[in-house]
Amino acid sequence: MTEPAPPPTPPTGAEIVTVMLSATPWTRALGISLVSVDHARARLIAPYRADLIGDAETGVIAGGVISALLDQGCGAAVMAAMTERQSIATLDLRIDYMRGAIPGRDIIAEAHCYKLTRSVAFVRAVAFEDSPDDPVANATAAFMIASDGGRRPGSNHKAPR
Amino acid sequence: MSTEPQAAAPTEAEVRARLHSAPFAMFFGVDLELRGDELTLVLPYREDLVGNVMLPALHGGVLGALLEITALTTVSLRQRQTHLPKTIDITIDYLRSGRPVPTYARAKVTRLGRRIASVRAEAWQFERADPIAALHGHFLLTPE
Repeated sequence: MTEPAPPPTPPTGAEIVTVMLSATPWTRALGISLVSVDHARARLIAPYRADLIGDAETGVIAGGVISALLDQGCGAAVMAAMTERQSIATLDLRIDYMRGAIPGRDIIAEAHCYKLTRSVAFVRAVAFEDSPDDPVANATAAFMIASDGGRRPGSNHKAPR
Repeated sequence: MSTEPQAAAPTEAEVRARLHSAPFAMFFGVDLELRGDELTLVLPYREDLVGNVMLPALHGGVLGALLEITALTTVSLRQRQTHLPKTIDITIDYLRSGRPVPTYARAKVTRLGRRIASVRAEAWQFERADPIAALHGHFLLTPE
């Protein structure tokens, strides 16, 4: 008795983004993980950690952690908007800080890729503890699509010409 | 012309101690060099700073963090203050992918007002004239 093998199911957006996060050393080092992903949208979380504090007097998390979270959240939203896997790279990232993050609290980033073209993706994101209506920071970013075009694995081990 | 004595410029060891008082700066592994009034932040390469393992390339958040720390440290040095300014906004341009080598960054305070500092910073690896990322930002100065 032989049954035909079920057709392979393409990976879901959540699976693609989870693989991307676990394969990215810097997001792993910061403990950034996926909360949810939907079409062109992604939600990531960065846990509060004592070793990530940016100002020892206040206990507020370093801006560098929030910019990594927002950058990665925007990248995840771009991947969630694409129909095929392609490499992406941040072109520019603007972050506006509304207030300091609350010490002791995890930070969530919610990103939306609101326009995807063949070469460029445009993204907005917000970072908050409880609600996007009470943001810590807002971000806008542009990403290059197929940023690896023509470059081979390991090509960055050579100095630029 | 003012005859008031100027506060002594902080030494490299003092600026480094201030930088490393932030747990994140220690976790990040960033160091600095101060020659006269010229401050350079130095980030040695480590595998966990990578964002793209295929090339490999430094994570965008790594270059953003380095540039922001460079801007904050440079402003507090110009201000002769121990309190860190607060970031209002930063814009980061990614110009080249960061290679698996040390990265350097310097900032220029384009205007130091009473409440706000406007800052530009650049990060480079092989040649200073060929930056891999640039920052433009505004910082809120905290009264002593």
